[in-house]
Amino acid sequence: MKITIGQFVPGNSILHRADPRTKFVLTFVYMIAVIIAENFVAYSAAIIFVCATYLCAKINIAKIIKSLKPLLIMMMITVVLNVLFYKGENVLLDFWKITIYKEGIFFAVKMLLRIVLLVLGSSVLMYTTTSVMLTDGIESLLSPLKKIHFPAHEIAMMMSIALRFIPTFVDETDRIMKAQKARGSDFDSKNLIQKIKSYIPILIPLFISAWRKAEDLATAMNARCYRGGEGRTKFKVLRFTYIDLLLTIITIILLVVIVLANKFM
Amino acid sequence: MKNFIRFENVSYSYDDNEEEYGDGKSQTKTVGHVDYAVKKADFSIEKGEFVAIVGRNGSGKSTLARTMNALLLPTEGTVLVNGIDTQNDELIWEIRSRVGMVFQNPDNQIVGTSVEEDVAFGLENIGVPREKMLEKIDFALETVKLQKERRTEPHLLSGGQKQRCAIAGIIAMQPECIVLDEATAMLDPIGRREVINLIKKLNKENNITIVHITHHMDEVSQADRVILIDNGIVLADTTPRKLFSDVNLVKNAGLEVPQITALMYNLRQKGIDVPQDIITEEEGILVLIELLKKGGAC
Repeated sequence: MKITIGQFVPGNSILHRADPRTKFVLTFVYMIAVIIAENFVAYSAAIIFVCATYLCAKINIAKIIKSLKPLLIMMMITVVLNVLFYKGENVLLDFWKITIYKEGIFFAVKMLLRIVLLVLGSSVLMYTTTSVMLTDGIESLLSPLKKIHFPAHEIAMMMSIALRFIPTFVDETDRIMKAQKARGSDFDSKNLIQKIKSYIPILIPLFISAWRKAEDLATAMNARCYRGGEGRTKFKVLRFTYIDLLLTIITIILLVVIVLANKFM
Repeated sequence: MKNFIRFENVSYSYDDNEEEYGDGKSQTKTVGHVDYAVKKADFSIEKGEFVAIVGRNGSGKSTLARTMNALLLPTEGTVLVNGIDTQNDELIWEIRSRVGMVFQNPDNQIVGTSVEEDVAFGLENIGVPREKMLEKIDFALETVKLQKERRTEPHLLSGGQKQRCAIAGIIAMQPECIVLDEATAMLDPIGRREVINLIKKLNKENNITIVHITHHMDEVSQADRVILIDNGIVLADTTPRKLFSDVNLVKNAGLEVPQITALMYNLRQKGIDVPQDIITEEEGILVLIELLKKGGAC
C-alpha cells in the first residue's frame, strides 16, 4: 500500500482511539519539544519517542520515510546551505572561497533531524485521525472562543462540508474532463502553457457546478432546520479517557527529558 | 386533523422577492405586470393523503412545493401548515420539522460525511439530546433499510440509496408530511422503484402525508390524488384515474398519459370498445386478454 503524507491509515490502536483534541494539543507540545531540543541526547529522546509512536499506531515507519521523498529537495537545500554558510571556530575544510566548519556540519545534521522529526511526529496526528474527528476536535478546541464571537461552529461546519464534497468534486471533474475530451479538448499536450490553458474549460464548469451545489445544499440545510450553531446538540461526543491521560503523561515526560538534557548535557 | 396544508389563494412571483427581504409584506401591484410562477392556488392537502403534483418543466410545481415549508413565502395569499401561517417567523422551524423536503439531486442534499451522521444532522439542528438521537437514527435507518450502510460515506451509495438516506434524515425528525421535489427524476429505474416503494410504505404504515412531485406518470398512478399544474395554474385536482381518462387535458398540459392509458385511448379512437380509465398495466392486460378472447370468437 502506498502511503502519502497526511493520509488517514485505518486502524484501531491506542492512538486511533484517543481523543482528537488530546492528539492536537500533544502534537503541539511535541513540536515545541523538538524545536527546543539542543543536543544529541535530547534528539535521541525525540527519535525514540517518534519510533515508539509509530510502533504504537502500528504504522510501518519505513514506508512513511519513503513517503518523505517530496521533502528530499528541501532537506538537501537546508543541509547544503547550512554546511556552506555556517560560521564556526573549527575549520574542517578550506579551499578557494569555501570554508566548511565542524559546527556547520553539526548544525546541518541538527536541522535535518529537526525537519524529519517535525514532519514524522506531526503526521502521526493525520495518520491516526479521520478528517471528521479532526474537524470535531478543532470545533471543540475553538469553542471557548465563541464567547468573543469567533465562529468556531461555522468554521468546523465549513470544513466538514468541504471534506464531504471532495469525492463528489473528483467525480464531477472526471465527468467534465470526459465531456471536454469528447468535444476535442487536448489534455496531453507537452507544452506547459498549453497544458495550463487546457484546464480552463474544466475549471469554469466545475466552478459553476460548485456554485449550484452550494445553493442546493444551503436550501436543503435550511429545509432541515439548520440555523447555525446555537441550540444545536451533537451526535458525536468527544471524551477524555485514560488513553488520553496516558498519552499526555508520556508526552510530558518527553518534554521534561528534553528540557533536562538541554540544561545538564 | 383535516386540511393539513391549506393554500388560500396563493400566488408567487420571483420578480419581487427582493422586496420580501425588505419589509416582509407584499405591496400594491397590478396582476398584469408581474410574472407569477404560481397563480391563485387554492386547495388543501389532508393528513395521510398521497398527493402527486405533475406539470411540465417550469410549470410552477417546484415553486408550489417550496411554499409548503416556508422556503418560499407566498407573494399573495396564505399557506397554512397545520393551522400555522408560513409567514410566521417564530414558528418557521416548527413548520420545517413537520414538513420535510427531499430534493432532486441526491448529491446536493447530503450534509454528513457518513449515512448516520447525515441522518443525525436534522436532529442536531432541532436540539434532540444524544440518547434520543441514537434511537431515532436506528428507527429511521431501519425504515429505509440502510442499517448496513450506516457508516458508509455518501459518495459510495447508489442514487436510490442516497435518496433513501435523505428520506431517513427527514423521518428521523418524525414529520407529518414529506414533500418530494422531483426526488426520483435523477434515479435509474431500480432507484426509482426503491424510493416509490418506500414512500408508499411511509404513507400506509406510518400515516405520513406524501406530496410527490414527478414527471413519471406511472408513479402518479400510485397516488390517491393528483394535481395538474401548468403555467402556474392548477388545471385539475382529481384522482389519477379521472385525470388520465381525459387524455386531451393531459396532452395539452405538455405531459403524457401512462403508456397503457395511451394504448387504450388509441384503441378507442379506432372504434374498439375498451374502458377509458385504465391506468395500471395489470388492469390493461386483463382488458386486452378479454378483448383477444372476443376477437378470437369472431
